[in-house]
Amino acid sequence: MDWQAIGLTVRLAVIVCVTLLVIGLPIAYWLAFSRWRWKFLVEAVVALPLVLPPTVLGFYVLMAIGLRSPIGRAWERWTGHGLAFTFEGLVLASLLYSLPFMVQPIASAFSQVDASLVEASSLLGSSRWRTFVRIIIPLSIEGVITGIVLSFAHTLGEFGVVLMVGGNLPGVTRTVSIAIYDQVQGFQYGAANATALLLLLFSFAVLSAVYALTRKPWSVTRIS
Amino acid sequence: MTLRATIRARLARDFQLDVDFSAAPGITMLFGASGSGKTTVLRCLAGFRRPDAGRVAIGEHVLFDAGRGVNLHPGQRNVGYVFQQLALFPHMTVEQNIHYGLASLALDARRVKTQAIATSFRIAHLLDRWPGEISGGERQRTALARSLVTDPALLLLDEPLSALDHVSQSRIIEDLRTWNAARGIPILYVTHAHREVFALAEHVIVLENGTVLAEGTPEEVLEAPAHEPQARLAGFENFFDATVRSVRPDAGSMRCRLAGCDVELEVPRARAEPGARVRIAVRAGDILLANQEPQGISARNVLAGMIVSMQREGATVILFVQAGATFEVHLTPGASESLALAAGQRVWLVIKTHSCRIVSTRA
Repeated sequence: MDWQAIGLTVRLAVIVCVTLLVIGLPIAYWLAFSRWRWKFLVEAVVALPLVLPPTVLGFYVLMAIGLRSPIGRAWERWTGHGLAFTFEGLVLASLLYSLPFMVQPIASAFSQVDASLVEASSLLGSSRWRTFVRIIIPLSIEGVITGIVLSFAHTLGEFGVVLMVGGNLPGVTRTVSIAIYDQVQGFQYGAANATALLLLLFSFAVLSAVYALTRKPWSVTRIS
Repeated sequence: MTLRATIRARLARDFQLDVDFSAAPGITMLFGASGSGKTTVLRCLAGFRRPDAGRVAIGEHVLFDAGRGVNLHPGQRNVGYVFQQLALFPHMTVEQNIHYGLASLALDARRVKTQAIATSFRIAHLLDRWPGEISGGERQRTALARSLVTDPALLLLDEPLSALDHVSQSRIIEDLRTWNAARGIPILYVTHAHREVFALAEHVIVLENGTVLAEGTPEEVLEAPAHEPQARLAGFENFFDATVRSVRPDAGSMRCRLAGCDVELEVPRARAEPGARVRIAVRAGDILLANQEPQGISARNVLAGMIVSMQREGATVILFVQAGATFEVHLTPGASESLALAAGQRVWLVIKTHSCRIVSTRA
């Protein structure tokens, strides 16, 4: 089994997931509560990675971070090496690729929070931040957890974008799904099977934990 | 402290809210049909909606003043609001709900205040329960306690009790009055049920199409409605065009002939001369019904007629009786059964002079 690829993939998924949570929450809040008339354009941009073929997204990211682009040159001046075919480049591409999986479930959960609860909170003297932390987040927790799980799992299993942006450098950009592909190409079915089974069991364990944790004590009984 | 509010707000292209009223300490009912602008008034007072013009102040405390550009944030207004759907936080216990508005206090002070208000509203035994686990009445009490624990200078109630039975309603209002006896804040209570107005209000403001139609005690506003829309709100179902035939100043009454038939009604005297056209309003519940011709009865109007239709709606039997004009009559199911009434049956309608009101057709 390719433990190096597994370790790298988990590291990538954790970094992407945490970063996406930090930037996804404000984006989701804005999408759920803004009344800007051109909001649909932002919604479309956020959803774009859902419908784009991974190779197309990967191609544009590769162009954007290559040494001919301003981003790639700035990065090289700052760090001394380019972004393409590096772990950092992989993180950047994965952030874009998994963004809708974090933002959409959270935005949808936010917009389902009863507006009068938000009004009641502000009338009781709470700032927007306190209302967000005490009312909106707890009532949207399932959406937030769904966003975390989906974007984590999606990063874990991505293939096309990784291949375009990162290539297949062991220990740098070779993720589990590329390792499995490699193993199958090399007729190492036993190793491919072991790696695939590990991913399957891991995914099942994560989803079970999520569904067990998101049971709300206060919604079990309800008398109308 | 008295609430003084002048609010102008455009709600739709053809609907303008334009009200000017004050509410003294105690319960003031904001009474009107749905769509009359009641809830918007509350939302403007709470600061959820910015009026286009006007001024809102509680005593000297100005909440909104379009002229001086004052518009306090809802959290700075010191106003309590009980939403129609209560808006209790479902993920917090009763105690946490009540705590929520006391974030600036130390934990001990919060506990003391929460315990005191929970005792006043008889929910002290429910503090560790979820809102989903308690009864509708207990949820209303929790919502009231949450709004009042912060000692607001004004309480806004948006049809908070409409889902409860009468007994629970009046018990909750009794507890609210007791709580307010020592504090004397204005309580603005929005409703469309005239029964609640009679039972609960000291003062009524009638809202119609975004303007104040009438104002006064429940008796003044509902028992002597001046205009037809107000009379409809106040529970009058029968309206008839009529012509004054004769006036008896000594008896304080006059006889009117209903339009389109030869039925005459004796009604209280109004400022009208014989020949004048008037509009008469009669509550369906004020009409008595007999299955044989009544003899020796003090009521001045006895009309023979026939039951056209009858149907039961909740605890009311609604009959339409053709007696020259068509009258809507409301009976209790018990009365209807003991008279063995059925459609097509011959009946007599008995209407007291003072059950008839002269109303003007326009506001």
